[in-house]
Amino acid sequence: MKHAILLHDPADDVGVAVVDLAAGTEAGAVTLDGLSISLIKTVEDIPLGHKIAMHDIPKGNQVLEYGYPIGMTTASILKGAHVHTHNLKSLRWSR
Amino acid sequence: MNTIASISTLTTINLTGFRRENGRVGIRNHVVILPVDDLSNAAAEGTASLVNNTIALPHPYGRLQFGDDLELTFRTLIGAGRNPNVAAVVVIGIEPKWTERVVQGITATGKPVAGYSIERSGDLKTIEAAAHKAKEYVQWASEIPRQPIGIHELTVSAKCGESETTIGLASNPTVGRVLDRLIASGSTAIFGETSEVTGGEALIASHCATPEIASEFMRVFQDYQDFILSHGVDLLGSQPTEGNIRGGLTTIEEKAFGNIQKMGTSPIQSVLKPAESPAGLGLHFMDSSSAAAEMVTLCAAAGSVVHFFTTGQGNVIGNPILPVIKICANSLTIQTMAEHIDVDLTRMLRLELALDQAADIVMDMMARTINGRLTAAEVLRHEEFVLTKLYRSA
Repeated sequence: MKHAILLHDPADDVGVAVVDLAAGTEAGAVTLDGLSISLIKTVEDIPLGHKIAMHDIPKGNQVLEYGYPIGMTTASILKGAHVHTHNLKSLRWSR
Repeated sequence: MNTIASISTLTTINLTGFRRENGRVGIRNHVVILPVDDLSNAAAEGTASLVNNTIALPHPYGRLQFGDDLELTFRTLIGAGRNPNVAAVVVIGIEPKWTERVVQGITATGKPVAGYSIERSGDLKTIEAAAHKAKEYVQWASEIPRQPIGIHELTVSAKCGESETTIGLASNPTVGRVLDRLIASGSTAIFGETSEVTGGEALIASHCATPEIASEFMRVFQDYQDFILSHGVDLLGSQPTEGNIRGGLTTIEEKAFGNIQKMGTSPIQSVLKPAESPAGLGLHFMDSSSAAAEMVTLCAAAGSVVHFFTTGQGNVIGNPILPVIKICANSLTIQTMAEHIDVDLTRMLRLELALDQAADIVMDMMARTINGRLTAAEVLRHEEFVLTKLYRSA
């Protein structure tokens, strides 16, 4: 299985697609150092450079990337789903 | 290849450059025609059009500015003239007083500089006088030989633009590794982008060499946050940009962590004002806009002689006096905009290129650029010279 998802940190909740992934694709997720993390089946199209959920993430949860929180989910997200502005928002300026 | 091995090879790279009167080292040999203000752009460009191998730096400001904003304009114009990539400068302003102030600021380097003012002469007589001087400077500069230089004599800078996720995964970690190597070899490096480190500010503060530097960084960072809030707005509509979002970046925090990868792991030795030159070696954070042309112009004014610019979606920026090496790991950008990219790192995302190998490739392009290879931006006439304006003029 060739990898198609890269992670910054093994503990990250999201990985990054390094090719365009169609819905239903099985893709290997690895870290930049080549550490194999898991095999993920996409539940929707994930464009190159976009994020995919490594596991189910409930609404209102912080999401880790680079090992740090990059925002909070605004909807529950399924494993293998596209994570972007429709379901994740900044923790900043959220007055 | 590991980092240590690569550092030792650094000392054996044959680099050449131009050693200026004050001992600083440049990699280009420009004769600049520098307008003090918007009104003098026509005369500066007129002069540059008459005299081969000169470059005019037109810009829209320099009149009725005051306070910190005026000081920044002076610092940027004088800094551009002082940059070691510049051999000599002809300054043109509408009136003599501010023209002389810019001339004096550049004269301190010992390089040839002359000033002309337009009032009581008009554009045409000013151009005639300025062109005579520019011709003299160009012929003089054409005989300055390239000399061997050391890597430790270089000041470099880094900034990313049109970012997306490949920046954080590949291009920026590579530049971070390059900066680590250069700094270990005694070079000086500048990074910044005060607004784009939002969400990652604690990480930068933790890299500061002393608690005093960390607290100065947090003060500058908070100043910027307060400035945004004082306008009753936030940056959610503009950070990340539409280009960033299209590339897959979702939040300002995510953009920040990707951005910060390029600073590497060296301790931060000072927090610079915009366009301020570093006083010592090592890594420095400059309080600066994240707008590409503004930030690169500020780096040029601070004395950087080569700039690493990582891009995802394909920012096309250049600078008239500071060669900008563009580095990209986005295969779509490489396919569609290849003419703008100097270093292709797409193989990193296929895990065909490890971080240290990627850093070797960037350093090789750096050495070639230092030794005279023109960057994509230089060839394609990307000569963005953009002053940072702090607030409205009087």
